[in-house]
Amino acid sequence: MTAAPDHTPILQRPSIRVRMEPWLPVLLVPVLVLLGFVSIANPSSWLTLTVSGLAMGMMIFVIASGMTLVFGLMDVINFGHGAFISFGAFVGVSVLIALSALTGAPSLMLNLLALLAAVIAAMAVTGAIGWGFERVIVRPVYGAHLKQILVTMGGLIVAEQMIHVIWGPKEIFIARPEMLKGSITLFGATLEKYRLVAVGFGALVFIAMRLVLRRTKIGLIVRAGVENREMVQALGYRIRRVFVGVFIAGSALAGLGGIMWALYQELITAHMGNEIMILVFIVVIIGGLGSVEGAFIGALLVGLLQNYVAYLEPKAALISNIGLMVAILMWRPQGMSPVIKV
Amino acid sequence: MVRILSGDGPRSAVLSLIVAAIFLALAFAPFLFPGSRALETAARIAIFIVLVASYDLLLGYGGIVSFAHTMFFGLGAYGVALSTVHLGRGWGALAFGTLSGMVLAVVLAFVIALFSLRVRAIFFAMITLAVASAVAVLVSQLSWLTGGEDGMNIQIPRELTPAFRADFEIFGTRITGRILNYYLVFVCCTALFLLLLRIVNSPFGRVLQAIRENAFRAEAVGYRVVIYRTVATCLSAAVAALAGSLFAIWLRYVGPDTTLSMEIMIDILLMVVIGGMGTIWGAVVGATIFVLAQNYLQNLMGAAAEATAGLPLVPDLLNPDRWLLWLGVAFILSVYFFPAGIVGRLRSGR
Repeated sequence: MTAAPDHTPILQRPSIRVRMEPWLPVLLVPVLVLLGFVSIANPSSWLTLTVSGLAMGMMIFVIASGMTLVFGLMDVINFGHGAFISFGAFVGVSVLIALSALTGAPSLMLNLLALLAAVIAAMAVTGAIGWGFERVIVRPVYGAHLKQILVTMGGLIVAEQMIHVIWGPKEIFIARPEMLKGSITLFGATLEKYRLVAVGFGALVFIAMRLVLRRTKIGLIVRAGVENREMVQALGYRIRRVFVGVFIAGSALAGLGGIMWALYQELITAHMGNEIMILVFIVVIIGGLGSVEGAFIGALLVGLLQNYVAYLEPKAALISNIGLMVAILMWRPQGMSPVIKV
Repeated sequence: MVRILSGDGPRSAVLSLIVAAIFLALAFAPFLFPGSRALETAARIAIFIVLVASYDLLLGYGGIVSFAHTMFFGLGAYGVALSTVHLGRGWGALAFGTLSGMVLAVVLAFVIALFSLRVRAIFFAMITLAVASAVAVLVSQLSWLTGGEDGMNIQIPRELTPAFRADFEIFGTRITGRILNYYLVFVCCTALFLLLLRIVNSPFGRVLQAIRENAFRAEAVGYRVVIYRTVATCLSAAVAALAGSLFAIWLRYVGPDTTLSMEIMIDILLMVVIGGMGTIWGAVVGATIFVLAQNYLQNLMGAAAEATAGLPLVPDLLNPDRWLLWLGVAFILSVYFFPAGIVGRLRSGR
């Protein structure tokens, strides 16, 4: 008979390094902001760039959060996510153009009302498309990554072409609502009003999402499903139904991101979704697949870096994000805070 | 014959006929189909067969989805363009450009593969998409080096240009530099195709297939999955770069739209899936059908759109510019119902 293995519990508190380990990614954002401050050396431009970087980051986060959850929950990689962005933008912009009486009026209430209508329409339509997309395109290929990538790519092509069919092949210009035009000056820095609104709105979405995921029963099921699908099923929850709900919510969020992005750029094209998806993929990878918090930090990093670098060296902007991705993957090959361990 | 094909023939009577017809048509294209547009189409088909076959090595045999194949294609093309600009017109410049483009493609493929494949294969799809679009943007921005959106014209040796005329005729067709250029493309493409056929039927190809079916088991049997996948990525990048060089020499022009754009990547995906994943012969059928459709189907759709001009929405759906819509639908349907593509269908129905 062998003796029981030695068991020597460590009673001292873990060192500061061990305790800080999960928080390191969060620290990256202020570090990047500080680095930007040092290298730009002009406080007012730095403030402008930081705000627009945060606005961009928030929009990317809104889009990426749905995608990362869909991946985490059901191991489904959706390359067609970009289609929801474009559809959201086109539907939202159509509503705004139809309500031009409201958007043109110099009253904040009326402007916000029109914006709300556009957001609801965009989210409703993209949510519905997401439901159809899940049923028709994704459902038959569960569990096969290769087919998922191919089929969702096909779905993206079809969706993009449908936009051409419905709205015509030309890009559409859209003016921001009257009260969100222009900018305010703060500490000598010009801050566009719309970017401030986008930052606030994005933060709101993040907080709401965190509350739902951390404080509600459905959030608990979703988080548990991301960690261990079979166990949640064994406990009697229909994970498939939860997944469909998450897919719809993720699509609606992509639509929301689309309309936010449309007003940010004031120009929409059918392949805008595809262009944004490149940043979204980078964010999802560096954040760690399945992690909403990781996606948030990743999105802020990408947004800020893109704006700082575009100011310092315009041509290096896109490459800088690839560099960021490479650096983070060298540091943590699974992404910053992966929920699913491979 | 079987030895040349590495023991992996079409293995279906109908498919053999189709492949033989395509081969003969391409081999005698300058004499069978007069006119520059037909020759243009033939060269395009030959080059895309190689490009699609090299992509199939990755997708069909390795089970890895890459969106950077056009990037490697473009590296080969830009390699030739840059070397002829800086080294002048000549065979040496062409060879140097081709080789350096290929080496660069292999190095880049190696780095990307190391970063993404060691974690999980799905990273590869996303990372290649990001890197490829960044490179495409970069190429269109660095206009002092690459000519930007306008692209670059390439000086090739005079023997390959239409201005060169030989003193003799074959089958009543005067041999011009253009035809010599076509045969350069054709011979190189045939050689590359046979090389790819050799690779996928070697023990290496078998291991790749085993990894595609079950990576875990392949690792357990003793094959290092990461190494095999990385080598497959590099090989396919090298062949894609060579195809890109040929394309540049044939067109005497490179630009972001002809070599690097996402549209071409989607075209390649469609060709592989329609032809048949996991068999190099699928590339022959897929590329031929697709390029022919691209060049001639649009006319048909235009006619259909005019015929239905009175109906609502239908003419918009049939507009020749919307042909990708129908290809997308065909693509989804073929992934569901004919995952083995046309070739798989023909082989199983024999």
